[in-house]
Amino acid sequence: MVASRETYGTEFETQDLLLNVGPQHPSTHGVFRMVLQVDGEVVKDVIPHIGYLHRGAEKLCETMDFRQGIGFMDRTEYLAAFNAELSYVMAVEALADIEVPERAQWIRMILCELNRLSSHFMFMGAFGIDVGVFATPFIYAWKEREQILDLFEEVAGDRMMYAYFRPGGLAWDVPHNFKARVREVLKSTRIGINDFDGLLTKDEIFRTRTQGVGVISAEEAIEWGMSGPSIRASGVPMDVRKDEPYLFYDQIDFNVASRTEGDVYARYSCRMEEMWESVRIIEQCLEKMPDYGPIMPEKMPRMLRTPPGEVYIRTEAPRGEYGIYMVSQGGNRPYRLKVRSACLSNLQALKDMSVNQYVADAIIVLGSIDIVLSEVDR
Amino acid sequence: MGVDLFGFNNVNPWLDAFIRLQLAVVLITVVVMGYTYLERKIVARFNQRIGPQKTGPFGLLQAVADAVKLVGKEDLRPKSADPWTFELGPFFVFIPVLMTFVIAPFMADWNIRLLELGLIYFVAVSGLSIIGWIMAGWGSDNRYALLGALRSVAQSISYELPLVLCVVALAMFAGTYNLGLIVEQQDKVPFIVWQPMTALIFFIAALAELNRSPFDIPVGESEVAGGPFIEYSGIRWSMFQLAEYAAIFVMSIVFASMFLGGYIWPFGDQVGVGLQLVLTGAKALLFFFVVVWIRVSVPRLRIDQLMGYSWKVLLPLTLVQVLVNGLVLVNGWHEVVLLVAGLIGCAVLVTATSRAVERRPRVPATRTAPVMQGEAARV
Repeated sequence: MVASRETYGTEFETQDLLLNVGPQHPSTHGVFRMVLQVDGEVVKDVIPHIGYLHRGAEKLCETMDFRQGIGFMDRTEYLAAFNAELSYVMAVEALADIEVPERAQWIRMILCELNRLSSHFMFMGAFGIDVGVFATPFIYAWKEREQILDLFEEVAGDRMMYAYFRPGGLAWDVPHNFKARVREVLKSTRIGINDFDGLLTKDEIFRTRTQGVGVISAEEAIEWGMSGPSIRASGVPMDVRKDEPYLFYDQIDFNVASRTEGDVYARYSCRMEEMWESVRIIEQCLEKMPDYGPIMPEKMPRMLRTPPGEVYIRTEAPRGEYGIYMVSQGGNRPYRLKVRSACLSNLQALKDMSVNQYVADAIIVLGSIDIVLSEVDR
Repeated sequence: MGVDLFGFNNVNPWLDAFIRLQLAVVLITVVVMGYTYLERKIVARFNQRIGPQKTGPFGLLQAVADAVKLVGKEDLRPKSADPWTFELGPFFVFIPVLMTFVIAPFMADWNIRLLELGLIYFVAVSGLSIIGWIMAGWGSDNRYALLGALRSVAQSISYELPLVLCVVALAMFAGTYNLGLIVEQQDKVPFIVWQPMTALIFFIAALAELNRSPFDIPVGESEVAGGPFIEYSGIRWSMFQLAEYAAIFVMSIVFASMFLGGYIWPFGDQVGVGLQLVLTGAKALLFFFVVVWIRVSVPRLRIDQLMGYSWKVLLPLTLVQVLVNGLVLVNGWHEVVLLVAGLIGCAVLVTATSRAVERRPRVPATRTAPVMQGEAARV
């Protein structure tokens, strides 16, 4: 167990040190700030501070046309923008009762899973740096991610903020060599995931550093409202793709990666398995996706208006459940938009996970939650 | 004693010593530049990058560009920092490293002074630089710096013991602390053959002494963001860097001389000065390459694992090695005994490494936080 004052007992009084980590610390993944109360090297309390990246994206969306809001959704979750867009356009489609053509749905699925891969690569790289390997995993991850982003650029014309999903379908059709390109990317991705297995998973020091660290139990995880790989690592096989299938996930054969240990290593290996599952999903999608077909409904109105109503749509983003709650009072803009961010809920469990661990553990616990600050703060 | 370098020794020994020290300083600067360039290039190749290429041919002048940039930077000092400790810290780190150069045998007849107790001097003086780290960590008035300095002290104390005991074991085997004489005994077989475990443990402890990965926790970027030199900038920061690489340089020369046969093995001492220098350089670079290789491949240890590894694994094994060396010395057994014992020791070390490092048990997660009851639950 962790050695501390309580374990051995001392006669003299000591004072805990407040250590401010962030918002400009190299391992806070953006502008997250936490104040660690440390007794020597042992973390006694964690006080998180969020809001440095708050831009009011939800409120801004209420002043805009449904289609203009897509760009803001990209920016809430910039590492997996397709997944964020998907929730938003699905919410609009549910409100306006729009039927999406089959081909467009398959393309959406492929792009979302590719985006999950690229996001998990980003996690692997950043986590490798958190654990202390000098740059190597980061560059390896970057190389694989680059391939996927190149593909996204060919499809959507942008590498991060795509605005490619539109209510009703897609902005334009994919390039004619789309399937071949995806297969090409998957080939390099497989090699990349294998490389990571060798570089991190099989590393002895990596395992001693991560195993048994930052444990959170299933009950606590549920109480905090965690989702995604973070809760699946604690033994709750919760996956929106399986539980409430959207798009065509019900026609696809895939497993939900889950672990029972609930530690940092479990969260890491959950993501690792998810990447293999994503590759499988994309392969099946490529088989089933029709080569030709419409990508937008025949009659899309020039000005998109929805009847009054409210809807909550949730999808499985790389970090967990990305939900959109949208209220419309009629008209061409949402009356109220709320983003249910997985990162925010996951981040709340940070204190439970990192108290009574070492400072170095707190850093990798934060890394293992895989936060995107712009999604936390919106 | 070194040979008469320019004929000054008879005229004025002080002048002779002064010239030798000047040469050493020039050598350090040049070699450190080369090492930083090499490290960048090697790391880049491991990372599937190219590394520096724009500054001069093959990016060779990158170190010069870095130095110019660092000198041009403002020498900042935090308002709340302790002026004397803060500003003197880098010198206290750098000077001991510089002083260790005295014993490094580059060639048969070229060194500053081959002291009789050279290795003891080396270990003692290089341990002094920890004072500079403490000064930097305390004087900066920064909590990361303080944390880094404390980690550095703990680590230094723990790893100096195995290091010293390795030196003792080797000196027992060689019969001398004089690095020059140690090198000259290796004209047939390098000592790493007879003392494999000593070499391995010395290498591990040297990594920790140099604050290199996986023992770079005092400066761990993702945790304490640079540790003791977080508040330094410009020329003072570059002094830390210079000291770090100079220490690696000395350590690589010492390791090459202690275990790899320095300038002698495998060609004997009758080869020319040029080849001797090449031999020393090649062995030192081999050491350096392995250090960089480890840096790009493995994660950082945690502080408790680091300490436990030294006290539970390295220290007992080095003590055993000293005992075995003593037995061989007293009973006059053949050296092969040492080889066998060393190889067994290496096997024990490797198995113990994965077992003894502090590892938390992995069980299905159970609740750690108290269940909320009463008022709190309703809120």
